[in-house]
Amino acid sequence: MLTILFDGIAYGMLLFVLACGLSVTLGLMNLVNLAHGAFAMAGGYVLVILVNNLGVPFWVSIICAFFVSAAIGFVMEKAFYVHVYRKPHLDQVLFTIGLVFMSVAAADFAMGSSQVFARIPQALQGQIHVFGIGMGRYRLLIIAICGALALGLQYVLVYTRFGSRLRAAVDDQRVARGLGINVGNIFALTFAFGSGLAGLGGALGTEILGLDPTFPLKYMIYFLIVVTVGGTSSITGPFLASLLLGIADVAGKYYVPKLGAFVIYTIMIVVLIWRPQGLFARAANK
Amino acid sequence: MTEPTPTAKLAAQGILARARWHPLEFVFWIAAFSAIWLLPNKHLILTEIAWLALFALSLDLILGYAGILSLGHAAFFGVGSYAAALLAKHGIITEPVLALVAAGLIAAVVGFATSFLMLRGADLTRLMVSLGVALVLRELANKFSDLTGGADGLQGVTMEPILGRFRFDMFGHNGFAYCLIVLFVLFLAARRLMASPFGLALLSVKGNPLRARAIGINVDARLVTIYTIAAFYAGVAGGLLAQTTAFSSLDVFSFDRSADLLLVLIIGGTGYLYGGLIGAVIFKVMQDYLAVLTPQYWPFWIGLVLVVLVMVGRDRMLRWTEPVRTLANRLDWRAKGQGQAS
Repeated sequence: MLTILFDGIAYGMLLFVLACGLSVTLGLMNLVNLAHGAFAMAGGYVLVILVNNLGVPFWVSIICAFFVSAAIGFVMEKAFYVHVYRKPHLDQVLFTIGLVFMSVAAADFAMGSSQVFARIPQALQGQIHVFGIGMGRYRLLIIAICGALALGLQYVLVYTRFGSRLRAAVDDQRVARGLGINVGNIFALTFAFGSGLAGLGGALGTEILGLDPTFPLKYMIYFLIVVTVGGTSSITGPFLASLLLGIADVAGKYYVPKLGAFVIYTIMIVVLIWRPQGLFARAANK
Repeated sequence: MTEPTPTAKLAAQGILARARWHPLEFVFWIAAFSAIWLLPNKHLILTEIAWLALFALSLDLILGYAGILSLGHAAFFGVGSYAAALLAKHGIITEPVLALVAAGLIAAVVGFATSFLMLRGADLTRLMVSLGVALVLRELANKFSDLTGGADGLQGVTMEPILGRFRFDMFGHNGFAYCLIVLFVLFLAARRLMASPFGLALLSVKGNPLRARAIGINVDARLVTIYTIAAFYAGVAGGLLAQTTAFSSLDVFSFDRSADLLLVLIIGGTGYLYGGLIGAVIFKVMQDYLAVLTPQYWPFWIGLVLVVLVMVGRDRMLRWTEPVRTLANRLDWRAKGQGQAS
């Protein structure tokens, strides 16, 4: 029972790191980015290549995964995404689906279509028992890293100058521009950072989520659930939403395996009908 | 009875002008029907084009005319497909045309039920809800494997001859004629519907829901209606697939299908009904060509087309149709003074 809760929390934390970048980009630029999973996949493959093929230590590879994905995100933002902000949602959907298809086929071409695993160090394998609860070390690590990240993000968002600019831009872009805040720059940075986090999540998640070329398609819906259920106006919303989703998914698969992902989708639809702005969001005014 | 005001007369003329047939439309349908005799060895792919065109037409009804962004349109396609296959397998309705109508109606019921979910929220919410509905249906089809065959697909379906006379042959000759006629009939209905005040009201809803409501249009009722109709169309398209292949699998609900469908419609252009039809032709030919070229990686090229389409701009990409249209307008003696009315 508690082990399930624990696994669910680990899974949820992972989802949070994967999806929080998406929530900011959606809130800030009203951009529907279905290709977010592609950046996560990039991070995962970076880890696999570095660890398995080049023998780089696990820790270094994870950090590399972050930076590579962030760099890809930054370049993509400057080169392509900039042009679609002002376009209708239909264009954004088409564009990002196009990116998903391309990334899936490209990953298939480069890495093969089978599922790959990264070799994780000995120290992280196995379980430790605390108060009779079996906890996987790797999952413990994920919770630690993701928890720290969530706290760090919350701190940056609430207490730093960049954070207040970001919040201002999310709240009302036009007024923020009028006050001399360079929204475009903030967005580029946030996008890159969000992509980096996705890459980090993808790298950490290779063990739990599995990594194959269809990753962006498979998890797209999960990211979107986190964002739509959690709302886009804060970090806490998506955080709680990811935890809920993670626990519900793990518990659902454990207790009622017959229903499969059915539970998640139904919950999502119900929440969206009940509160279209998200479960934890105040009523948006846009 | 009072004399109509000049504005009312103008409006009436405008509506009539929209309903008028353009010469190019005759050319299009003559070309389509002549394929029955001119391209006899291409009938299998032409059949696919025909049901895909109908499916895209159905998306056009909600996207191009009502402005509803859906990523789960495959839901209704799938329902129609399974309905048609199950009706035939269990011998409930053996005659294909009746079964097709029944499949469409079943899909329409599902569409009606889920349309209320689509009324709330902005684009993203709708997108998610439609996607969610398709996923839920897919899970259902997967779980009730006794009925649907689960992941293996529904096998052992035998189709009776159409109207008791025309058998589905393995070269797809009758299948193609059947699909094309269904497409044509439903197209006529859609065309009539969209040229009617109902269609115009829908367009106004797409343009600005708030203003549409202010001039007395019952926005929600219109959206529910068109969503249900579109679901019917999609269901019939799915039914055609099931009937011509005598098979139905989970694949009919897949996200890729909904996404591909968007591409089909976008290639052809939204909001003038022919977009889906033209898009279906281009898409299938392209897919066929690319699949031969790079069997495994053709989604890459599909993705590339999408990205390029958006980057260059959809309206700019579709400008190639303009010379054709102006030429046709010049030929059309009735179109004088109307300019780009089509």
